[in-house]
Order: sequence, then structure tokens, then C-alpha cells
Amino acid sequence: MSEERSGANILVESLVRQGVEFVFGYPGGAVLPIYDALFGEERIRHILVRHEAGAAHAAEGYARSTGKPGVVLVTSGPGATNAVTGIADAFMDSIPLVIITGQVPTAIIGTDGFQEADTIGITRHCCKHNYLVKDPADLAATIDEAFQIATTGRPGPVLIDIPKDVQIASALWHDTLPQRRNRYSPQTEGASEDVARAVELLANAKAPVFYTGGGVINSGPRASALLRELQALTGAPVTSTLMGLGAFPADHADWLGMLGMHGTYEANWAMNQADVMVCIGARFDDRVTGRLDAFSPHSTKIHIDIDRSSINKTVTVDLPIIGDCARVLEQMIAVWGKRPAQDLSAWKARIDGWRAKKSLSYPRLAREIAPQYAIERLYALTQAHRPIVSTEVGQHQMWAAQYFPINQPNEWLTSGGLGTMGYGLPAAIGAQLGNPGRLVIDIAGEASIQMNIQELGTATQYRLPVKVFILNNEWMGMVRQWQELTYESRYSNSYSDSLPDFVVLAEAYGWKGIRINSEAELDAGIQAMIDHDGPVIVDCRVAKEANCFPMIPSGAAHTDMILFGDNVAGTMDDEAKALV
Amino acid sequence: MMKITQAASERHVLTITVDNEAGILAKIAGLFTARGYNIDSLTVADISENHAVSRITIVTHGPPAVIDQIRAQLERLVPVHKVNDLTEDGPHVERELALIKVAGKGENRVEALRIADLFRAKVVDTTTASFIFELTGAPDKIDSFVVLMRELGLVEVGRTGIVGMIRGGSAT
Repeated sequence: MSEERSGANILVESLVRQGVEFVFGYPGGAVLPIYDALFGEERIRHILVRHEAGAAHAAEGYARSTGKPGVVLVTSGPGATNAVTGIADAFMDSIPLVIITGQVPTAIIGTDGFQEADTIGITRHCCKHNYLVKDPADLAATIDEAFQIATTGRPGPVLIDIPKDVQIASALWHDTLPQRRNRYSPQTEGASEDVARAVELLANAKAPVFYTGGGVINSGPRASALLRELQALTGAPVTSTLMGLGAFPADHADWLGMLGMHGTYEANWAMNQADVMVCIGARFDDRVTGRLDAFSPHSTKIHIDIDRSSINKTVTVDLPIIGDCARVLEQMIAVWGKRPAQDLSAWKARIDGWRAKKSLSYPRLAREIAPQYAIERLYALTQAHRPIVSTEVGQHQMWAAQYFPINQPNEWLTSGGLGTMGYGLPAAIGAQLGNPGRLVIDIAGEASIQMNIQELGTATQYRLPVKVFILNNEWMGMVRQWQELTYESRYSNSYSDSLPDFVVLAEAYGWKGIRINSEAELDAGIQAMIDHDGPVIVDCRVAKEANCFPMIPSGAAHTDMILFGDNVAGTMDDEAKALV
Repeated sequence: MMKITQAASERHVLTITVDNEAGILAKIAGLFTARGYNIDSLTVADISENHAVSRITIVTHGPPAVIDQIRAQLERLVPVHKVNDLTEDGPHVERELALIKVAGKGENRVEALRIADLFRAKVVDTTTASFIFELTGAPDKIDSFVVLMRELGLVEVGRTGIVGMIRGGSAT
């Protein structure tokens, strides 16, 4: 069947056809026709956010926790520019989003019309692909391709800019899928000779290590299951990037913990001393590698990635395998067959030596709550609920990564690549919508949470029982820590002055507010948070000047970690300072 | 004090076939600026009967690892069909077209015309006091011609940047 429909109507029908449950958006002049088409639409639920950045992050949280693409709908000009941070965030962390932006009518484009911005130009380098649709007849095929591009290959955000007149003008709508050329077909299968060589290398390794990343999560839960399977066959220890947490169970004997700047001593030393490294769906980010010329100097490096441009970008590898993580893991398992696992006892004994450093130990404090302890208690009291955890960005994020073990994929939502403060609350909202009934906790800092604090209202409106657990140390903690360690404690503008009373703020939005001032109140406060059937802010007052260790200082090698109790110089040379 | 250092670089000629859609040139040129790659020259024109496909030739320079990244980053763009590195692929032809305006009288004018003849440049416009020469060839041939014309009343130069193609019977 085919009939004439408006562009706005074609858009809505196309979203329904893609199986979209939620649209995270905010109305405005240039999307009024689309909002009119959504009026009374029961097949799609529109979630009204309070700021367009919140829409993009909520869509990310939904996507990351469900594996389905997140959909964003915002108006032209400021609507689009406000969403850009979330789009760039999704691009860096490979999160599938489809973003619909309204645009001024085609005749007005280029004349500096009201609420006009060059959305296509602005988002060109933070999108996997983007489109300006000038004819409603192209809409159905464009949307179909946009979803394909966003969700296949290395996932990412795809933006569709639709001028207002294109939303109103009509075109033929067909019930059948639009006819279009397939111009995007990423390679998913690894080359069999490379897979065979990888298995050979792994089978003969004396000191192998798996270094896994967000790609394993993106590849779907099956990739995590296959990773566990291959690990069981080989016995090799596993470390992961921040984005890859949950792919491998944190309670496993061969789990090394996170690697990199705030990774564990054993993870970073294992990377440094390994003879074969299997990198799966990670991209050798500077936060992971530390000083490049000292990064894992003795290892033969195998890199499995679906994105060819991730290969040899910063670290030259010996054996690249281009393909989907799950598919390549499956191929490796098949090639491994019935081989017995290597005897890795000598390697594991060395690792145990590094573990004995207990790099995550920290001092408990007499009068204040150690932030690490607060996270440990939060984990202990919530783990029976298998919560989904989101974070903001900073010290609390690293502490969460270190002290809140994540055992399953899609249960850890964090802004890794872009490091966007303000990600956690909207992401938790998106995750809660996609996972009704689950316990969703945003582990936050008092500075980050204020970046998208307006989204408290969104949770209230949709009765989402998200929990925000603020480690309140009255500082932009990570900035303060760097200033302490590299700028001789000159705390330039990093104090969180004039903080709101978070308990009163929570109540103002219809949330429950809980304040925790001391260790004695900690467990009861966390329990009250869990028990409350509704959204809760916990303002957990922690030690103000705690540092996040272990730490590889900027410009240092994996072997130069700072641990608790080390003497730290208060200055750094210019070369090290210049590194990110 | 810290100093910024640069890695040694080599010149490469890339040909890129792309869907001829709005914004594709901005996308490619922007990728180069966003990631800090160099563009020495860039030419683009549509090459298919239905105007659906364009061919872009980019001359770039950078260390080998960066050249490889450029290629990978280009291939990652959805509208990009194919990227070829002619410098890697082997023997190839590079040609560029230039228009060179020279003004002068007397001996200089005669000498300019004589050199143009040696270079097989075509006169495409003339007045009693000026010529516009059209010259095609490899970029260094055009460079040499321009150097010679400097002494003989060079007024302006316009160059297309090169297009390239692999030698032999198969497609690039």
C-alpha cells in the first residue's frame, strides 16, 4: 500500500518501523510539524528532557544498557548545538544514536535565519555520518540507512537534519521497506589465516594477556560470553579499559582489573611484561598506554577491531584482525579446538607478585569517609540487585571503576573517550527507561552532577526511580588532584564554591534527599536510598582531599605507577605537562 | 623550555572515489584539518555518466604511519567507495594543468614564446603585450616553466593540482 503523507508523518512511521520505543527530545520551532505528528502517537514514547545535551546522553544510556539505538529529536540552532556534546560523546565511545534535528525551511538555509545553525557542518566530525534531507521522498530511505549505519560496523551517532518545509511537504509512503543501494557493509569476519596465526601465537605464549575494550560490549552480550569461553580455554589473564568493564567477570581469578592511568598495578605490569597481547575491541587510548615508547615493549600484539582506522593509529601492532569481536572470538575458539591450555603457572606467579602490592588499598580515615570506602559499601549493599551503574567524570568515576566491580556487559555506563561531565544523570534516566524495574545508580561528583542537574525534572516527570550517589568532596577532585601533583598545589578555580544543598534540591524536584556525614551513617543512608521507591539523591560527604591512586602520571610508563604512600613531587616538566 | 618537533614525511598521491553528495568535499577536506593531516593539492570532479560518483585526487605528505591512517580514516567515511595510494600502488602518471600569464615586449616576449614551445605549452590567449600559456605535465615540469617565466614578465599562475592514474591496463 502506498499513500501521500507529510515528511513528519513519514519520519514517525519510519521510526516505528525501526522498532523505536523512546524518542528523547525537546520541541522547538523547526520541529513543530514532527511534534504534531507525535501528538497522540501511542507506538512511540517521547521523553521530554530539560536540555538537549540531556536528550543525547539519555539516548546514550538507553543504547548502552539495552544494545538498541537511542533516538534524539531536537530543534534547529540551539537545539542542535546543545546536543553536540552528547553526539561527540557517542562518537568517541561508539554508541549507536540516530539524531533528528529540525532545520529552518530550505529557502531560508544560508540566510542566518532565526535559530539557524549549520548543523551538518557543526556535526560533520562528531558523527559517523550525517544527512540534510531536502525532499520528503528521500526520508524513508535515509532513515533506513541511518539506522543501519548507526548500529552496524563500529556503532556511532548518525544525524538527520530535516528542514521544516520538508517535514510539511508530502511524498509517497510505502508500507514496504524503501529500495536503496546498500553502500555500507563492514567486514565482520576475520581473515582465517590471521585468526589461525593469532591462535598459534596465543597457544605458544608464556605470558599472554587479553586487553579488552568497549568493542566487546558493542558487539553484543554474545561477545562477552565468547570472551569468557576463550579465556577459559587459554587461561590467559584479562584486563579491560574503562569502556570494556563488565565484559569479563570482576570476581574471576584471572581478572586483573582495569588498566591504564588509574588501573591496577597487576594489570599495568602484566601489560608491560606480556609476551603476547590480544587487544579486543580497544583502541590504545592515551589513558591506557601511558608513554607510548615504553608501552608493552616485549609483546607480540594482536589487535581485533571492526574499525580499520583503529589499527596502528597510535601503537603499531604485529597482527591486525579486522572483524566483529564476537565473530572473531568465535573463529578463534573454533581454531583453538581441543588444544589443552598452556601451563601459565610461572606467569601467574609473577602476576600474584604484583597483586600482592594491593594497589587498590587505601587508608581509612578517622573523621571523614574515605570515598573509596563509600563506593565499596555502595557495592556491598546493592550488589544483590545487580544494579546498572552510570557515572559522571572525574575522581568518583575512577573510584567507581576501581571499587564497584561490574560482572556483566551493558551494566556500566560511563563517558570514556570524551570524558563528559554531566553524562551520568541523563544516562541513568535513559537506562532506567530501557530497563524498568532495575536498580540504576548514577555515581556522581558534586561538580559533575551540576552540569546536567536540570534532568532531575525528567526523572520526576516519568517517575523513574534513579538513584544519584554524590561523592561530595567540594572540589573538582580530579582537577584538584592534578593541580596538587603537577602544579605545586596551586588550586586554580577547582573549588566547588556555593554548592546547593543537595537534599533540599532533591526535595524541590520531588525526589528524596539523603545526607551522609559520617561512616556511621553510611550503610543506613545507602539502604534508605535502595529502599525508597522513587528517585533519590544521596549527598555523601567524603574526605575533601583524597587522591585517586594508583596513578600513572601523564607522560610516564606503566611501570612508573604512583601508589598510596608514595612520595609525589609537586611539579612536572613541560613535556609531561603538555601531554593530555 | 619545550619545543615542538616534526617527524620526517613523504609525499603521497591518493585517489578517492566518492558518492557525489552534498558536503562530501567539506567532509574530506575537514577530515584532513580535524586530524592535522596536510593537503598539498586537491582536485575533484564528477566522473560518472549519471553524476553519481566523483573522483578526488589529493596530494599529501606525512610520515608513513600517518599516510596509512589517512587512508583508513578516508575509507571509514560512508560516501567513500575506494581509496588508492598511487605512490604505494606503483608506476603511475601524474598530470597537472596550469595557466600562466606573461606580459612583456621585445626580446622577453620572443624568449617566452620560444621557451613555451620547448615545453609544449599552448598559447590560449594573446594581446600585443601578453600571453596566457596553457601547460600540462608533471608538477615539476610546470615548476620549471614558472621559474623561467619569472624573468620574462610573469603576471599570474593558476594550477589545477594533479590528477593521477595507475599505469597499465587495469583500473586504479
